[in-house]
Formats: sequence, C-alpha cells, structure tokens
Amino acid sequence: MSNLNINTDLARKILTGFIKSELNRVGFKRAVIGLSGGIDSALSLALTTEAIGKENVLAVRMPYKASSQDSLDHAQLAIDKFGVQSLTIPITEMVDPLIALDPEMSKTRKGNIMARCRMIVLYDQSEAFGGLVIGTSNKTEILLGYSTIFGDSASALNPIGDLYKTQVRQLSRAMGVPDEIVDKAPSADLWANQTDESELGFTYAKADQLFYLLIDQRYRVEECVAAGFDEAFVRAVLKRVQQNQFKRMLPPIAKISNRTIGYDFLYLRDWGT
Amino acid sequence: MKLALAQINTKLGDVDANLEKHLNLIGDAVARSSDLILFPELSLTGYTLQDITPTVAHRPTADDPIFRQLLEASREIDMVVGFVDEDERHRFYIADAYLSQGKVIHVHHKVYLPTYGLFDEGRFFAWGDSIRAFDTRFGRVGMLICEDFWHVSPPYLLWLDGADILLLTSASPGRGLNNEDKLESARWVEHTNRAYANLFTSFVAHSNRVGYEDGLNFWGGSTVYDPNGDLLVKAPYHEEALTFVELDLNQLHRTRARLPLLRDERTHLVQAELNRILSK
Repeated sequence: MSNLNINTDLARKILTGFIKSELNRVGFKRAVIGLSGGIDSALSLALTTEAIGKENVLAVRMPYKASSQDSLDHAQLAIDKFGVQSLTIPITEMVDPLIALDPEMSKTRKGNIMARCRMIVLYDQSEAFGGLVIGTSNKTEILLGYSTIFGDSASALNPIGDLYKTQVRQLSRAMGVPDEIVDKAPSADLWANQTDESELGFTYAKADQLFYLLIDQRYRVEECVAAGFDEAFVRAVLKRVQQNQFKRMLPPIAKISNRTIGYDFLYLRDWGT
Repeated sequence: MKLALAQINTKLGDVDANLEKHLNLIGDAVARSSDLILFPELSLTGYTLQDITPTVAHRPTADDPIFRQLLEASREIDMVVGFVDEDERHRFYIADAYLSQGKVIHVHHKVYLPTYGLFDEGRFFAWGDSIRAFDTRFGRVGMLICEDFWHVSPPYLLWLDGADILLLTSASPGRGLNNEDKLESARWVEHTNRAYANLFTSFVAHSNRVGYEDGLNFWGGSTVYDPNGDLLVKAPYHEEALTFVELDLNQLHRTRARLPLLRDERTHLVQAELNRILSK
C-alpha cells in the first residue's frame, strides 16, 4: 500500500508559515475557526494557534439542538488544550424556522441549512473579532465533494486542504490534538449517529490510498486495479470527484468581453502584498 | 572571494518595496566585506506575476529609476538581481543582471520557461535565446535561472564557454512532502547542483527565495558547492537569511590537477554526435 506518512515537523513549519503570511500580508493578525468537535477543525485550530498565538484565535462552537453532546465536549477539549478564546453560539433558532417551512424536508436539505447557518455565524464573528475564517476541509473531502457549498467549505484560507484524512490524523497526533478527537469515527453530526464512512460507503483510509495513486501519482484506472483496487470502487470514486468539481471552483462567468474575470484577468490573491 | 546569498521574501508586484530590501541587504553585505551578493529569481518583482508582468518590467540601464540605484550600489559590491526585462520590441523576459562597478556586465534571459503542472511561465514570458559565460573580476562566470538548470545543457554550455562559477537563482515552489526531512523539490535541486559541481569541477552557488504567494511556499535552502562537490554553506529552509561564504578560488587549481574532466572533455566528439543526431 502507498505510504502516506509525512514529516510532521516540516508540514507544521510550512502550514503555520502559510497561515501567518496569508493573514499578515492582508493586514490581519487574528483568526476565527468553527470547531465541530472533529479532527479537521481541531487540527486547523492547532496550526493556527501555533502560527499566530492563542490570544489571536477565536474558536466558535455552533451546536444545533440535535448535535451530540460529544461534539460539544470534544470541541471544548480542543479549546482547553490550545488555550484559545471561545464562544458558543447555538444555531437552533436560526435553523428551525427554515426547516419549519417544509415538513417534508430531506436530511440533506436540513444538513445544508445547518452548515450554511454556521457559515453565517463564522463570517459575522470574523467581522466582530477582526480575524479571517480559517478553513477546515481536508484533501479527501474536497476531492469527494463531501461538504456543503457555501457552508462548511467557505473560508478565507485553508491550511489543511492538501492533507489527506490519513495525514490529518498523523499531524493531529503530532500536534497534541486530544486522543478522544483523533480516535473517534468522523461525523458531520448533522443527524443522530451519522458517520462519514457509513454515508460514503467506504473508509477514508481506503479512499486515501486510492487518491494517492490517482491524484498524486497520476495512475490510470487500470493501473489502480492492477495495484489491487476493485474497478467498480475506483470508477465510483472518480465519478464523485468529477461530479463535485463545481464545489472546488468559483462560479464560471459567461465570457463576452475581451477580458474576463476568471479567464484572462489573472492575478493571485496576494497581488501587491 | 566572499559571497553573500540573499535568501529573501518579496512583495508580489511591488518593485519599490523589493528594491528597498535589496539596498538594505546590499548594505549589510558591504558592511561584512562581501564581494558579491546573489539575489533569487525575480527578486525585484515576486514570482507568480501573471497579468502583473507588463507593469513591473524594467530596463537594466542607468536611466531606469530602479537600476540607477542598484548600479550606484554596485560600485561597492558586485550583485546579481532578478527582474522582468522588457526589450525594445516589448517582449518580457525573466532575467538576471550582473552589476559591477556601476556597470551592467551581463544580462541572462531565462531560456527554459516551465509551462506545466503548477507553472505557467510560457504564457506570460518570452523565451531567452542565448547561454553565455562572461568575465568578472573573480573570473569567468555563468548565470542560470531555475528551470534552466533542470536541463543539463545550459550548465554544460556555460562550462564549455569558460564559466568556473555557476550562479544559479530560483523561486522554487516547495512540493512533494513525504516522510523525508526535506521536500522532494529541495532534494532534487540539491542533488542536481551537487552533481554539477562534481561533473564540471566548478563552484555552484544557488540562491532560492522564501515566503509564500497564495498557497505556494518557497523553500529557500540556498547552497554553495565547491569544485569537489563538497557543500560549503547552506541557508535555512523557509526562512529569510543573508548567508556568507568564502570561496577559495584556488580550489579550482587543486581539483582540476587531480581530476582533469575539463581538460579531457571531447567537445568535438559531442559536436559531431549532436550534428548526427539532429540531422536524422
């Protein structure tokens, strides 16, 4: 199997440097992070705290009435561990009036509403605290599109988006994220007993092994099969990646002028800084 | 000869701010009695310029407001600076200029523009079309920029053209994190530069930048290898540094007395075989 192990000291140095640089160059020294109680946001919190200091970080817990107590408790463990400022802003009173509009509402719609309400809270706290919102999506879920567009995927910068879930686990351990958080089953906690892996139908560990070959090593499907992966699994994952490309891009702009944003108006975000 | 490696971060598209940093470091290097200071690729502009390119171009002449100040500073120390050169016909090049004693001694235009993977240089820049060594007060020297020395032919040509010191500059984005203690991009460049020092029995100095541009990190780790392939100095990874090293140019004599690879290089054989291969 592929070796996804990373040098965690080097990852830590590059990623904390990234956070500090990309905040400071646009005039910020503070950051806001939504803490779910899961490993991804705990790792983003650890990296951000190391990058800019605990006094400059605001962690926000945003429980819904159906959220598990474990999620809230585990988020508190991370807050205590890294010593950052924190707020708890329940989203139930934002979410419930929307859900009440349609008694037939699906779980997916409800989940999307929750994710987007949390985004609203975070961006409001961004303005209030004077800090940018730090992303918490890892490479595996970005590739799979396992996120709510304009919801949990929204952020100003993302330090962990090039780390597979397996690598998130490795780096989290190295940075002292509490074991309870690292060891539990990943869950979006949008409804009771939801887990990512039962919803996806495969484990992150297996997806990561495949992605390493497909994405990083540029294996073709038949080479992945020769390396031991089931062809139906490879094709299903690839289809997911393709179908969710839209979540990884800004909305395309219809070109009619000579120079169009997104096509031939090309500048980095760090332009002039 | 005392060399200073200026491993800097840059402001993307802000030539005035970058010039100020150059002048400060030049002052530091002069204060430490350095003879030559080597800045990284595009040190006056930043790397991922895209549509900024035409707005940050300069001519390396005494009437250019940026180069006038650098040329003035070059009366006290030789220097290599990285910039965007706009020629008379308004083609833009990734360029290095060697300045000494108030004069532009040589300008190199990058001859290999990576346009693959994360790189898009060929979209914004013209390809340089010459590879020439040139004389300095420290002997004959050659300059190459980043992708230029990922190909073996430019260093080889400079060697044949008389360069005993290779001055390499880059803005190399860090990539390929695995379980090793350095990035794959760092490992590749260090192996390659050391190999050039060995194969060409020459000094190989490399100045790489640091800092970030959006999600790209630049890894630094600037190095100097001597004609035996031994590492003389290495700057830290990922941090700005002004690193000094003394080059004992007599090492060329000692190494080549022991190992006459240059003497024995059969350039006519190379030429004959190249002619045959290219005429196929």
